[in-house]
Amino acid sequence: MDFNADHFTLFGLPRAFRLDARMLDSRYRELQAQVHPDRFTAASDADKRLSMQWATRANEAYQALKKPLERANYLLHLAGHDVQAESNTAMPVEFLMEQMEWREATAEARAGRDHLELERLFQRLRDDLDAHYEALAGLLDDQNDHAAAAEAVRRLMFLEKLLIEIDDALASLED
Amino acid sequence: MALFQIAEPGESAAPHEHKLAIGIDLGTTNSLVATVRSGLPIVLSDEQGRPLLPSVVRYLKDGACETGYAAQAHQASDPKNTVVSVKRFMGRGIKDIAHVEAMPYDFVDAPGMLKIKTCAGVKSPVEVSADILRTLRERAESALGGELVGAVITVPAYFDDAQRQATKDAAKLAGLNVLRLLNEPTAAAIAYGLDNAAEGIYAVYDLGGGTFDISILKLTKGVFEVLSTGGDSALGGDDFDHRIFCWMLEQARPQPLSPQDARLLMTKAREAKEFLSTRNEAPIDARLASGESIDLTLPVETFASITQTLISKTLQSVKKALRDAGLKAEDIKGVVMVGGATRMPQVQRAVGEFFKQEPLTNLDPDKVVALGAATQANLLVGNHTGDDDWLLLDVIPLSLGLETMGGLVEKVIPRNSTIPVARAQEFTTFKDGQTAMAIHVVQGERELVDDCRSLARFELRGIPPMVAGAARIRVTFQVDADGLLAASAREQTTGVEAAISVKPSYGLSDDEVAGMLKDSMTHAKDDAVRRALKEAQVEAQRMIEATRAALESDSHLLAADEIVKIEAAIEKLQLTMLGDNRRHINLAMDDLGFVTQTFAQRRMDQNIKRALAGRTVEELQQEAGE
Ligand SMILES: Nc1ncnc2c1ncn2[C@@H]1O[C@H](COP(=O)(O)OP(=O)(O)OP(=O)(O)O)[C@@H](O)[C@H]1O
Ligand SMILES: [Mg+2]
Repeated sequence: MDFNADHFTLFGLPRAFRLDARMLDSRYRELQAQVHPDRFTAASDADKRLSMQWATRANEAYQALKKPLERANYLLHLAGHDVQAESNTAMPVEFLMEQMEWREATAEARAGRDHLELERLFQRLRDDLDAHYEALAGLLDDQNDHAAAAEAVRRLMFLEKLLIEIDDALASLED
Repeated sequence: MALFQIAEPGESAAPHEHKLAIGIDLGTTNSLVATVRSGLPIVLSDEQGRPLLPSVVRYLKDGACETGYAAQAHQASDPKNTVVSVKRFMGRGIKDIAHVEAMPYDFVDAPGMLKIKTCAGVKSPVEVSADILRTLRERAESALGGELVGAVITVPAYFDDAQRQATKDAAKLAGLNVLRLLNEPTAAAIAYGLDNAAEGIYAVYDLGGGTFDISILKLTKGVFEVLSTGGDSALGGDDFDHRIFCWMLEQARPQPLSPQDARLLMTKAREAKEFLSTRNEAPIDARLASGESIDLTLPVETFASITQTLISKTLQSVKKALRDAGLKAEDIKGVVMVGGATRMPQVQRAVGEFFKQEPLTNLDPDKVVALGAATQANLLVGNHTGDDDWLLLDVIPLSLGLETMGGLVEKVIPRNSTIPVARAQEFTTFKDGQTAMAIHVVQGERELVDDCRSLARFELRGIPPMVAGAARIRVTFQVDADGLLAASAREQTTGVEAAISVKPSYGLSDDEVAGMLKDSMTHAKDDAVRRALKEAQVEAQRMIEATRAALESDSHLLAADEIVKIEAAIEKLQLTMLGDNRRHINLAMDDLGFVTQTFAQRRMDQNIKRALAGRTVEELQQEAGE
């Protein structure tokens, strides 16, 4: 095993967006079963440190592949096509308008302490996200269109952030 | 990987030798020690056959101490020297502790962690905990007849870094080799899961004496994976006692209480609480030092209603943990109840209603954590063979972040990240020739540094002098398998390893470091900052005046509770205005803006109506045309 291998290689998985989640889980566990610090409580300090670094590495790789947005980001990064989330903020107007509407609906439901409405918004956005990820899979795995995929990822970043905002709003109602 | 094979468990010099390992549940109220014997976990009892050790330490004049039942017997007669529930003080300062006024101790405040003055000297919570742990170590050594290889010590899942570090320090002080700090609900899940060959997603609801934890775990064959965790490290059975205590004072209105009487009434409150778990009402009678006597009856319904908010607080944490795991209550296959306080019927009822299923209470809620800890300890020292093996993946309960400009927090490692975990963050200098830099690490979910817990202040020295912004210092934060944080730093452009000193905040005795941080952070931008602050203060003042004027003329548009909210927001803004933190002022202004939003809308509507009343469209059009 190579400590510096990419995340897909580390788990012996094909480098693709569509991914067998069960396979990822089991590969991750197999690796952790080998390297986790719990296996090295009686080892030398050097080995303990090494074990911690490996287990940390396994966790990092697992996190990067588990969530679709991060996986897409990582794939684009491997392809030398970074998403430039910070420098490239240009977005089509209608997309931004849509975002505003979502945000307003959320703020309104929050101000009105409308729990049900927030739950509804949350679910709707979740469904929306699923559809977006379907499309992204096509761009990355079938069309190999990195530019379009990067654009899709940038939108998805907005949407995922929105999802967190709705979630926060839900949490704030419970406090 | 060669290194790993050498250390493979079970492959030590004498593979079949059974190593002595223990698990300790260091509880707020009770502590226990357990071990695995002939493949089965058992709790080790004292010479009188009692499994629990009350977490009570009494200090004596000659410097010695007694622990457990012996100490407990004196808690009312010698309250100042008898420390109970010390776990609540671990890694905590006086200002962190609720209900200090009801406590009989002579506290000494020390930076980060308080201390208690006793007749045997000033004791830190770490020392008091070590005395409990030492008793348990000795109990185990005499029961097992040999030297211990190591111990797994449990901590509430929601314990932060300071509390964990304090626990580990206490164990070391007690002469224990700490194999691992293990989260209490995770320990319970191990005991439960292995016992029942359980698979699926489980919730562990652990309400002990002083802490509440909720963990959501996925159990599959050979893996215990914590998906999320939440809770309150200062909420437990003690708080239910305190509610009864307050109720008693309200009902009986006695003279101000002596420390002895306060302790006596707290004990009575606890007895009543436990009594009510099987009865409909509890008689409470007590004779106070003043000669007054208290004679009350507490009906179970009253008890339920005065403690209802405590239970809803736990359910809020449950909801948050479920959300963090991306799950709904329906997804939970079983709810494991842990901790003595889950014996209260109203707790079981509320949890059952929330999850729409009977909680699992077949395990002894007092022992399950210790049994799980012993089982894990046995695994860690390599007593297991072959298939009899599992992997435990736990998480960090609270986010780790860094202080940035203006007292805001930038999250570096989010809560519920699987440990061990590391993140690197880059910093740069903002003054020419700057060779040192201070970094402040905090833990918590809030946006402001002041609302989070300060963990450590790192001082980076020896940065090669360069123009401002040229140095690139990469700081790596590493959280280990015990959930403890360490940091290292390196200057990237030159490769110089910057010297780094990591001090847990509770060990910090000099204000210098804090001062240095403040200086270096604000000096360069001092003037700009001061101007922005002044502007914010002026704006805040204007906002307050405007709101006051609106309240004066139009308060009839508001319900009483709305007025209270607005006034509270004004008050808060007034307070923050006195300080020098612009961000705080802006946040307080936002708050006030938020609570007055509907008010503004209603005033607008009213004004429009007034303006329109009795006018014709023509008139209005004329006006508009002018
Ligand atoms: N029958 C009962 N009914 C109600 N409460 C009970 C009962 N028995 C014990 N308790 C309460 O349970 C609490 C102690 O529980 P437990 O021993 O699990 O806590 P702990 O492990 O010491 O604390 P923690 O886990 O919070 O550190 C006390 O508040 C005690 O009064
Ligand atoms: Mg406990």
